[in-house]
Amino acid sequence: MSEPLERPDTAHRPRWRETLSVLLKNRLAAVGLLALLGLVVVALLAGVLTRYGINEQDVANRFAAPSADHWFGTDELGRDIYSRVLMGSRVSLQVGAIAVGISLIAGTLLGLVSGYRGGWLDAILMRTMDVLFAFPVVLLAIALVAVFGPSLRNTMIAIGVVFTPIFARVVRGSVLSVRENLYIRAVRSLGASDLRIVLRHVLPNVAAPVIVQTSLSLAFAILLEAALSYLGVGVQPPEPAWGLMLSDAQRYMEQGWWLSVFPGLAIFVTVMAFNLVGDGLRDALDPQQRSIIESRGVGGDA
Amino acid sequence: MAGYVARRVGQAVLALLGVSIVVFALIHLVPGDPVRTALGTRFDPDIYEALVARAGLDQPLVVQYVDWLARAIQGDLGVSFRTGQPVSTALVQRLPATAVLALGALLVGLVIALPVGIVSAVRQGKPIDYAANTFAQFGVSVPDFWYGILLILVFAQTLGWLPPSGYVSPLEDPVEALRRLTLPAVTAGVVSGAILTRFVRSSVLEAMNAEHVRLARAKGLPHRYVLRHHVLRNAWIPVVTIIGLQLGTLLGGIVVVEVLFAWNGIGRLALDAVVRRDYPVLQGAVLLIAGLFLLINLVVDLLYAKLDPRISVGTAATT
Repeated sequence: MSEPLERPDTAHRPRWRETLSVLLKNRLAAVGLLALLGLVVVALLAGVLTRYGINEQDVANRFAAPSADHWFGTDELGRDIYSRVLMGSRVSLQVGAIAVGISLIAGTLLGLVSGYRGGWLDAILMRTMDVLFAFPVVLLAIALVAVFGPSLRNTMIAIGVVFTPIFARVVRGSVLSVRENLYIRAVRSLGASDLRIVLRHVLPNVAAPVIVQTSLSLAFAILLEAALSYLGVGVQPPEPAWGLMLSDAQRYMEQGWWLSVFPGLAIFVTVMAFNLVGDGLRDALDPQQRSIIESRGVGGDA
Repeated sequence: MAGYVARRVGQAVLALLGVSIVVFALIHLVPGDPVRTALGTRFDPDIYEALVARAGLDQPLVVQYVDWLARAIQGDLGVSFRTGQPVSTALVQRLPATAVLALGALLVGLVIALPVGIVSAVRQGKPIDYAANTFAQFGVSVPDFWYGILLILVFAQTLGWLPPSGYVSPLEDPVEALRRLTLPAVTAGVVSGAILTRFVRSSVLEAMNAEHVRLARAKGLPHRYVLRHHVLRNAWIPVVTIIGLQLGTLLGGIVVVEVLFAWNGIGRLALDAVVRRDYPVLQGAVLLIAGLFLLINLVVDLLYAKLDPRISVGTAATT
């Protein structure tokens, strides 16, 4: 066998340093990454950065316009919107991370088993995923939350379940494309167990599409949590979830623009940041796109 | 082609069967007794017994499923726990509103995506391409219920140009129906427009790089002629697919927009059913939407195979 066995094994793996450098060259992705870092810092330091408690009411100061005292104004109970928006970042990031974590783990496992094993197990698992795909995302999430009851925990589980088929499909597709490679067959002929082959040789090669999918799913998970909370079937009051704040804002729309503008802006910036990073990662991890970006030396999802 | 159609229809029927199992299971996943939970403080033993018997909840699970499926196929989806109205009647009443909104939103999406996507691809790398990309990024990142609120704030509350909410049938009063449809259709349509823009752009770019297009250019054919006869002709095939998929997504995904604009569609019916724990209505709404979603996907796939024979030939060859 003249072909080296080790080289192709790493050929499709993300090369982290290179990926990061390409990512940072992409202006939009760099902006997204910076915004994300900022968001994480805000979420971690929210307690220090706010002057009011999230449920601290000042009834004399209801619907106060933005001012030096209340940067984003106050709501119908006289609560400081700035404090609530900042603390809301914790809810959003937590829901995003845990929900996507659930679907990432479950979907990757299902995709690996399905793609690697093939046969009837693959057929059953993929038909099951097809069934879940047949449900519109929002409706399935609502139905699941309806069954288990609306709460922060159930919202995360529902979003996790809804996203699982996406990861399963992405992973299965990648596994199918690497499964028949020469080096996999060589490792197998050397007597490596299936578990070892999957963990050492298949999994690292499906990392790139999974990473991209994770970032884009985080964006969508945060958007979906906000939508569920807005509809009243997600995070429940008095948690400072951005979707909940928008739901209240709609009820008191005529009282002031600030009620709806700031929580919505927070969702928008967070989702946009994850989307920009996701697009950037896709470009960085896809060699064809990479050459386009490098040749231009500019960002954009072109 | 006939084999492809048969296989694709078979897959859709199988998926619909799977969907029906999930929808059926919904009511059984509810912790505790769903009828007791639904009745809440209005509990009355007679009503309770009647509802349990009507929903067949006193039978073994498999019997219940087969019965439920047999009735569902005949259009009997049970009765609402709350109003006693047949679920299918409620769905038929609400479906036109959802269909009108979904089609309106799709139209808005297409009006945005077709010109923006094509121009963006033709002028790749130019400022207009970046502007289009920025719009697409904006559209997929912005929560629709947020700018929906902002649209109401500006166009209904401040300027008073359009009504803020409510559905009117186009058959009753076409002008008023259009006025009421504008804000919700724009709200839902911008997201679709953003997604479609990306597809139109990449589809046109791909077609522009095809060899026969390069040959046509090399022959010296005018740019516009090549674009119209060689590029767009090929580019629209994948676009048709994504338009179909968007319609399916819109049908099931406009719950939020329906709630925001007090639009009496299926999505709002489903959400009300959740709040009132009216499980038969929730089951019916989810089954209808998922069924429509599958049907649209099937039609789109078959249409795609018809437009691009490589699809059916290709899949037949690989299986």
